[in-house]
Parts: sequence; structure tokens; C-alpha cells
Amino acid sequence: MSKDKGHDNISDFTSGDYKYGFTTDVKTDIVKRGLDEGIIRLISEKKQEPEWLLDFRLKAFRHWKTLKMPKWAHLRIPDIDFQAISYYAAPLKKQVNSLDEVDPEILKTFNKLGIPLEEQKRLSGMAVDAVMDSTSVKTTYKEDLAKLGIIFCSISEAVKQYPDLVRKYLGSVVPYTDNFFAALNCAVFTDGSFAYIPKGVRCPVELSTYFRINASNTGQFERTLIVADDDAYVSYLEGCTAPMRDENQLHAAIVEIVANERAEVKYSTVQNWYPGDKDGKGGIYNFVTKRAMCAGENSKVYWTQVETGSALTWKYPSCVLKGDNSIGEFYSVAVTNNYQMADTGTKMIHIGRNTKSRIVSKGISAGHSENSYRGIVRMTSGAENGRNFSQCDSLLLGDKCGAHTFPTIDVHNNTAIVEHEASTSKINEDQLFYCNQRGISTEDAVGLIVNGFAKEVFNKLPMEFAVEAQKLLSISIDNAIG
Amino acid sequence: MILQEYIKLFNEFRSVIESNSSEALNALRESGLQALEGADGKALKEYETDFGLNFQRYTIQNDPYKLFTCDIPNIGAYLYYIVNDTFYANPQQQPLPAGVIICSLKEAAQNHSELVKPYLGRQMHINDNPNEALNAMLAQDGLFVYVPKNVQVEKPIQLVNLMYGNVDIMAVAHNLIVLEEGAKAQVLVCDHSSGKVKYLANRVTEVFVGKNAVYDHYKVENTTEGMTNVCSLLIDQQEGSEVVSNIITLNNCQTLNTIKAGLNAPHASLSLCGMCFLDKTQHVSNDTEILHHKPDTNSFESFKYILDDESKGNFYGMIKVLPDAQKSVAMQTNKNICISNDAQMRTMPQLEIYADDVKCNHGATVGQLDDTALFYMLSRGISKDEAKMLLMSAFVYDVLEKVRIPALKDRLKLLIERRLRKENTSCDSCMICGSKK
Repeated sequence: MSKDKGHDNISDFTSGDYKYGFTTDVKTDIVKRGLDEGIIRLISEKKQEPEWLLDFRLKAFRHWKTLKMPKWAHLRIPDIDFQAISYYAAPLKKQVNSLDEVDPEILKTFNKLGIPLEEQKRLSGMAVDAVMDSTSVKTTYKEDLAKLGIIFCSISEAVKQYPDLVRKYLGSVVPYTDNFFAALNCAVFTDGSFAYIPKGVRCPVELSTYFRINASNTGQFERTLIVADDDAYVSYLEGCTAPMRDENQLHAAIVEIVANERAEVKYSTVQNWYPGDKDGKGGIYNFVTKRAMCAGENSKVYWTQVETGSALTWKYPSCVLKGDNSIGEFYSVAVTNNYQMADTGTKMIHIGRNTKSRIVSKGISAGHSENSYRGIVRMTSGAENGRNFSQCDSLLLGDKCGAHTFPTIDVHNNTAIVEHEASTSKINEDQLFYCNQRGISTEDAVGLIVNGFAKEVFNKLPMEFAVEAQKLLSISIDNAIG
Repeated sequence: MILQEYIKLFNEFRSVIESNSSEALNALRESGLQALEGADGKALKEYETDFGLNFQRYTIQNDPYKLFTCDIPNIGAYLYYIVNDTFYANPQQQPLPAGVIICSLKEAAQNHSELVKPYLGRQMHINDNPNEALNAMLAQDGLFVYVPKNVQVEKPIQLVNLMYGNVDIMAVAHNLIVLEEGAKAQVLVCDHSSGKVKYLANRVTEVFVGKNAVYDHYKVENTTEGMTNVCSLLIDQQEGSEVVSNIITLNNCQTLNTIKAGLNAPHASLSLCGMCFLDKTQHVSNDTEILHHKPDTNSFESFKYILDDESKGNFYGMIKVLPDAQKSVAMQTNKNICISNDAQMRTMPQLEIYADDVKCNHGATVGQLDDTALFYMLSRGISKDEAKMLLMSAFVYDVLEKVRIPALKDRLKLLIERRLRKENTSCDSCMICGSKK
């Protein structure tokens, strides 16, 4: 096969259309566009929130007004008019007791996405908290989990039922002063998931939630809070798909994780928001603040993410390793295509003694996209014997895309060991040739090589997600070649 | 508001500054002034204002060539001195190869303006870099080196930058080095300072390396406690040119080295290395930027830091491979050892790649001396200090190996060993440093 053919294939390969582009016709309750204290009070009132939460929102809003959009990311962010967005959208039908009461349209949507709320989910061992726009529609298996003392519900429900827990942990990892988007989220977050795993409990199923932007022009401001108490274990899955839209939509979520003594939390994400069309029109803006606090000794937090969607991604799942001997790990595959731009990475802040972190980041860029890894590893003076290893590899599938690496290592003591290595290359011609020679078509060969490139990260995903992740990679890239 | 002070100072003394400089240098002042007027108020915040500036170009009474020695045995270099920011011609200079011009920049701008004008200031990023803007506004003189087509200067050219005085002094100098097609030259810059007063130096060196030319640039800093050293090295490389640069910081107080290299034509290659030995409260920052503009360009970068006591090290390494630069190879490493618990190291190795057929990698580590190796040596009767010294010398060995002037390499080997033993690194025959002992 000639070399030119190979290039054609690569460009074909990267032009797969978005499979999950459809809109569900459901009555939606939307408040008027714009953002001021009145809107925040209205959101709070609609959600029947306590006084302290309204105060929290207003404080965040006042702080947000003093902030400016961050410009440091390697992204071309168009000016966002925050007054042109509606900050609250909830499907009108709420409070369902059985699946029959759920709007059939919504059920269909979930079925199309492959998250049936039916019994078969139970057989596959998952509890699903499906979020459509901003309000929880149905939470399954809550009762089963409740027997173990596990709380898994929407955050608005948690505010009502477990106010002390929420109040104690909300904003403890990501304060409202953290950054521009975090402040915005704190002011206007509408819903999200809350999980609490009590002392010594090992959560028997993978907790899962699907986000989906549905109503036109509603920014979605999810808020997720996961607390694993002493000796607890939980694996949490988050997946995103979004329908096709022309207007850009804003998504500014916050995920907070607290891991107490010897607790272990796995957080896996497959992000597949609408990336815009082939000409870079439309697509979701994804500005997410994710952070985990390894508060207790020997606690562990693992972030795994597969990022294939969104026009703009601004996301740095981080770990604050405060407890002695705590461990933080970050595994990421980021795929950008067409005119997508991703600036993603992690922060590992070592505070406790003997803390360890590991970063494996794989970036794949194609088309006219820009894919950046940005990370910081900080060893504070108390982080004796801290250890970090980072590896960032980039694969370029085309000559018009960019792959960038911006790591920072900041060491303040003499016992820490920090290593970083990064490489950038295109698909190895020798490997392609080797496959071709054995009768594997170029399309399949590129698919194999790309999958192999990302395998180290896929291996870290839970079984259910690994399948979906590979499918997504097939849509994003596979289609381009085969 | 230090920035405003400097603008005020310039406006007040502009005529004095211009009358004591040359037209070509004066041409840059306005853009420097404008850039600083438009700059962020926080710019130049590390500067202080209570320094004396020698706008009138007063010369020192002693002959610096007799007063101060930067001793590198057997180097046989063409030796030039810049004391503070004033150029002093060497009365006993050996004859230069035919066509080679080495003189003060002010003199060159007057006598060889056709060689100076096309180059001067061309690589400066006055609007983005306040240090360079300040230099454009205030620099009155510097060193000029010109090597004509196919002329090879076999002996190194040594420039000693000496800060000398009994009051706090600021020096602003601009050096220009031009190598025509097929030329070859090696430049060694030695930064020194003397006495207990405070110094601030802001120096910009622009280097133009023509087609197939070969250029070596070594900078060795051995300065005293009151010295703030802000240096920019800007390199423009043409087709097939080869540049080797090595930035060595033996002793200092506060140093900011900015190195920008543009590989502006195919087959240009660059090897950029550096090492720093830091203790007490010393601070070194090396900001490097390598731009691969054209295909088949190569760069190799390696910086090593050894940090002790409460010293701080910074490394920022940007490599940009632009869309045109297919088949480029870029390699970058930054390795650091923290000896004490209060030493701080911050490293930012950055890659921006816009071409697909390239090989780029970078690596960075911060760690300690290998315990196993240390134990091995201790078990064989080598004392702990000696073993540590050996390991640290070995750590920087590969950077030292990149030095292509044998006499300098031998001297550096000795100085590094003395430095690691915390012994005096000044030269015995020097009237200034030597007499302190």
C-alpha cells in the first residue's frame, strides 16, 4: 500500500460523525436567561434549599463577579456571554416511584445511550443515577445500597435528607474561591450526585451516573460529591454523551472526592460530549474542576478518564495527598479530532509523608485539533520520601494537528523523587508496514496501533467502561480509517 | 513602580545616553521606551533603583588586564574585557585572522555600520520581554565580533564581564556576534564580580550564525553575593549551521538566563547544555526556548542542577516545532539533585508540536544521590564526602563533556571539584579575588 493512501486513510479515519446526536422532546422547565442574585435565589427556591446553601451560592456568585476568564490554557476560547445562558432546566415530570411514571421519551433516550433503567442493569451489577439536564429523574438500587448504609442519591435530595454530611464536605475540596468556573458552579449548580460510603463498607456495585445535556441553551452545572469514610471502597463511573447542537453549550462541573483513612476511591470517566462538526461548528465547552482529597492515612484515589468529546476541554482531575502514605493515580486518554481543543492533565500535591503518585497520559490528535497535557507535581517540604512518576505520550495522526506537553515539577525537599518523561511521535511506519505485510489493512493496523497506544489506560477502566471506551475510540478514530 | 523610575531616569538622561553611544544603538531606544511604558506595572519588579549607572562612560583608572585575571591555563584566547558596561581594548592583543573584527559595539557601529545595522536588535522581543526592552532603552555599548565568510577562528575568543566598583552599580550591555557563511568561532564569556557591593547586570547577546557556520558559546558565571545577573542569549541559525552552547553557573547570587534559539533553516542543529551549582540562598533561573521553524532541524538540550542549603532553581524549557518543521528531532532533559531539605527546584519542560513527522521527547527528574552507589563506595573505604563529591561530578559529567575547548574543559573540571568541596573557585594570580585569600 502506498504511503499516500495511508494518509488518505488517516484523514478518513478521523472524520467519523457523531453517533449520539439526537434530541429528546420532553417538556422542560427553563428559567429566563441571564445571571444575577435573583436567578440564584430562584434556583435555590425552586430546589427548596436551606438558608446556608443559598448563602454559599451567593458568596460564590459575589466572588465570581470579581474574577476573569482564565486565559492561560492552550485553548482558543471564544467570548462566552454568561448572561445569554439559562441557568436552570429541569424536566417537568419529577418524583417518580416506578419506571412506568418516567416519560417514555426519556427512557428511549437512555436506551439509545445504552443505559436502560430496567432490571437488566441490576443483573449487570450497576446502580444508575441518571441525570437529564439538571435534575435527577430516577435513582435505582438506592434501597439495596441503603441496607449497607451507602447513600447514593442526587445532591439536591442529599441536601434535604443529609444536610449535615453535605454541609460538612461541600466545598471542602474545591472551595468557591478556587477558580472562575468553580465559582460559577458553586453559584448556580443545579444538581448532581452524592455518594457516601460509611466506615468499613466496600460498595458492592459500581456506582454510575450518566449526564446528558438536553434542553437547548442550558448550561449544565453538575456538582458531584463523593465521600469515602475510613476503610471504605467505592468505584464510581461517569459517562457523558450529548445531542447534536449548533450553538455552543457550556458545561462547568465540579467533582469533589474525600477519602478518609485507608479509604479507596476509583473515579472513571468516559466523556463524549458533542465535539462540534467537521468544520468546528458547535460543540460543548467543558470546563471541569475535579479534585480529590486524600485526607486520611493510606488513602487511595484513582482517576481514569477517556476524553473523546467536547469542542473545548479544560479539565485537571487532581489529588491532594494530605494523609501519610496516601496514593494518587491519574490515567488519561484524550482524543481530539477536527477542530477540537483539549487542555487536560492533573495536579498531584504531595503534603503527607511517603505519598506516591503516578501519572500516565496518552494524547491522540488528528485533523486540525490541539491536544495539550498540563500538569503539576508539587512536593511540599513535609512530603518526605514523596515519589512521583509521570509519563505523557502523544500520537499525531495528521500534519495539521498539534500535541503539546506543559508539565511543572516543583520540589521543596531533599527526599522526594520526581520523574517526568514525555514523547511525541506519529504512527510508526515500521509498525504499519509490519501489519500490512501480514495482511492487515492499513485501517485496521492504525486502529490496532492506536488501541495499543491507549491500552495502558483502558486496562485501568472497569469492565463495563472499557467496552464503551473502546467503542468510543472506534467512533472517534476507528471510523476515520475503517 | 520601579518601572516608572527607570522610564523617568531615561527621559531625564536621554541626551547624555545618546551622545555617549552610537546611532545604531540609539535607534532601538524609542521602541524600548514604548514597550516599557506599555508594560505591566509588575515588570522589572526584581530590579532595584538605587544603582549607579555610568551614562557618561567614565573609565576606571587601572588597567583591567593587569588588575584581574580569569585564569584558564593554556587556552591562548583572544582576550577582551568589559568592566561594568565599558569595553576595554587589550593593549597586548594577538593579531586576529584576516577580516575578523572584534571591537566595542559602539566603535563597530561607527566604523562598520554596514555590518552592524542589518543585525542589531533583530532578534530582540522588546514588546514581550521587559528585560530586553530595558536593555534596548539603556544599552550604550558592548562587544562586537564579526567573522567573514569561510574564516575559521581557531583560538577561542574570551570575553570577561567584570563588575567592579565601590558603590552599587548597574551595567547594561549589548553584544553582537555575526558569523558569515562557513565561518567558525568559539566564544567564552566569563561573568565575574568583585567586592561586597551590589551589582545588577542586564546583558543581551545576539548571535547570527550563517549557512554552514559553526559556533560555540560558553558562559561561565563566577560572581559574588551582591550580584543580580540578567542575561539574554539570542541565536539565529541558518541552513546547516551548528551551534553548541553551554551555560555554567558556578557561583552566583541571583541569575536569570534567557536563551532563545531559532532554527530558521533546514539542517540547522543546536546543542544547548547547562549546569548549576547552588547553595546558600542562591537562585538560578534558566528560561530556554528552541523554535524549530524549518524541516530537518535538530536540537539537543540538557540542563543539570545541584541544589544545596536554601537555594532555589528554576528551569523552563520550551520547544516549539512549527508546522513546517517536518522530520525535526528535539530532545530535552532536565535533571536535578536536591541535597538539602530546604532547597527548591521548579522545572517546566514544555513541548509544543505542530508537525506530525517529528521525534520529540523530554524528561525531567528531581531526586537525590543514589544510595546504593554511595553505599558501594563507602564499603570500599571512600569517605562519605569524597563519595558524594564523586557522584555529583559524575552527575554533571555528560554536560561537561559537551565543552569543545579542551583547556576550558580541564579548568572547569577542577573548578567544579573545588566548588563541590566548597573551596575557593577564584584564580590564584588575580589581584582582586586572589588577594582576598
